[in-house]
Amino acid sequence: MSLRITFATTGRILRQLRHDRRTVALLVFVPALLLTLLYYMYHDSGQTFDRIALIMLGVFPFVIMFLVTSIAMLRERTTGTLERLLTTPLAKLDLLFGYGIAFGVAAAIQATVAVGAAFWLLGLDTTGNPGLVVLVAVINAVLGVALGLFCSAFARTEFQAVQFLPVVVVPQLLLCGLFVPREQMVGWLQAASDVMPLSYAVEALAQIGRYAEPTTTMWRDLTVVVGAAVVALVLAAATLRRRTP
Amino acid sequence: METAIEVTDLVVDRGKRRVLHGINCAIPAGLVTGLLGPSGSGKTTLIRAIVGVQIVKSGSVTVLGQPAGTAALRRTVGYVTQDPSVYADLTVRENARYFAALQGLDATAADQAIADVGLADAAGQLVGNLSGGQHSRASLACAMIGTPRLLVLDEPTVGQDPVLRADLWGKFHALADAGATLLVSSHVMDEAGRCDRLLLLREGELIGEDTPAAIRAEAGTDDLEEAFLRLILSHEGSKVPA
Repeated sequence: MSLRITFATTGRILRQLRHDRRTVALLVFVPALLLTLLYYMYHDSGQTFDRIALIMLGVFPFVIMFLVTSIAMLRERTTGTLERLLTTPLAKLDLLFGYGIAFGVAAAIQATVAVGAAFWLLGLDTTGNPGLVVLVAVINAVLGVALGLFCSAFARTEFQAVQFLPVVVVPQLLLCGLFVPREQMVGWLQAASDVMPLSYAVEALAQIGRYAEPTTTMWRDLTVVVGAAVVALVLAAATLRRRTP
Repeated sequence: METAIEVTDLVVDRGKRRVLHGINCAIPAGLVTGLLGPSGSGKTTLIRAIVGVQIVKSGSVTVLGQPAGTAALRRTVGYVTQDPSVYADLTVRENARYFAALQGLDATAADQAIADVGLADAAGQLVGNLSGGQHSRASLACAMIGTPRLLVLDEPTVGQDPVLRADLWGKFHALADAGATLLVSSHVMDEAGRCDRLLLLREGELIGEDTPAAIRAEAGTDDLEEAFLRLILSHEGSKVPA
């Protein structure tokens, strides 16, 4: 693995994004627009909006980056650039980390805009530092990237890749504590929720909402999410084969 | 004559089909070797085995003294796939600079490769907006960056106009004269005459391995397509069971 090649790859991916104005606009502004929608949905229940908006600030980057990464990686496979890259000095980790860092940067921009809109325009308030919310959003995005890289190994076409969304992302959305508090879930459902990284990200966000200083629980939760991302990246590297049939 | 690529008893299966039936050949260094054969004969599979991205059933491929696909080889082997494999949402220049960065080379090397394939005027255009021929040349430029010791090109001149084709073959020979080894595949027989040596592949078997002149002499005709046909027929004839 070479840092120079990793950063060259990151630069290449960001340059590809830069040429796609529409995608950049969608990535940067859509979460803020969706939060505005939520604001008006809960206009007479400010506390509910606070709880849900905070969770959504963590969920949007996860879902969006999972989708974007799956498709980007599939495109590399179907256009043959992946096979070509594997005949160059590029190492598998260079490619995976290249994607992680590039989409992490994109997520940081997206999260800053979304958090800024939420706090300054929509009146969202947290006891903790909004900067921590951006941090959790970026970590969630990297988790989405890692899972997207891993899942793309099992798809042959973009059509198949998007169908991993209901398999990998939606169960986590349903069980993370957004719809039903995790403590109120039936035993086996709560156990399932316990192995899903998004549940820990949502709990971290709740901690930021409730406490002024970052708590140990919050740091523990973030470590779990980062750990899950690392595991997904290792699995993604294992499924990236240089020699194919 | 030094050997750049040595293929020994190479057998490759793709799915349920046997694509290569035990290929044996030696590709000499410093020459332009043409890999000729109809579509489906196994040319791309053989090329993929040589650059180290093909799962092989049995046999071995040794490139520049090392097993195919070794990390050290990846610094010095340039590969062009049959379908252009460059990023359609980047400009020609950005693509070349990325592939240059992978080899540890800078923008000068990238720009030189772009000029060598005649795309200097279109360097700032998005690859997705280029014509088919320009798209292929962009892909070729990315393999020619720096001075690879081995260039493996899968149908690089498809769709190019005759002037450009002659130009590219001139470049290939210039690279070979400077010491590089080139393996160029094609299914167009009139390109066979431009190679120093030929490998004739049909249905996964090597039916000819010699210089164009020797093949013409053996088949008794100056037309290489006719020579190929006669070789196929005599090869089929010799396969009659006892």
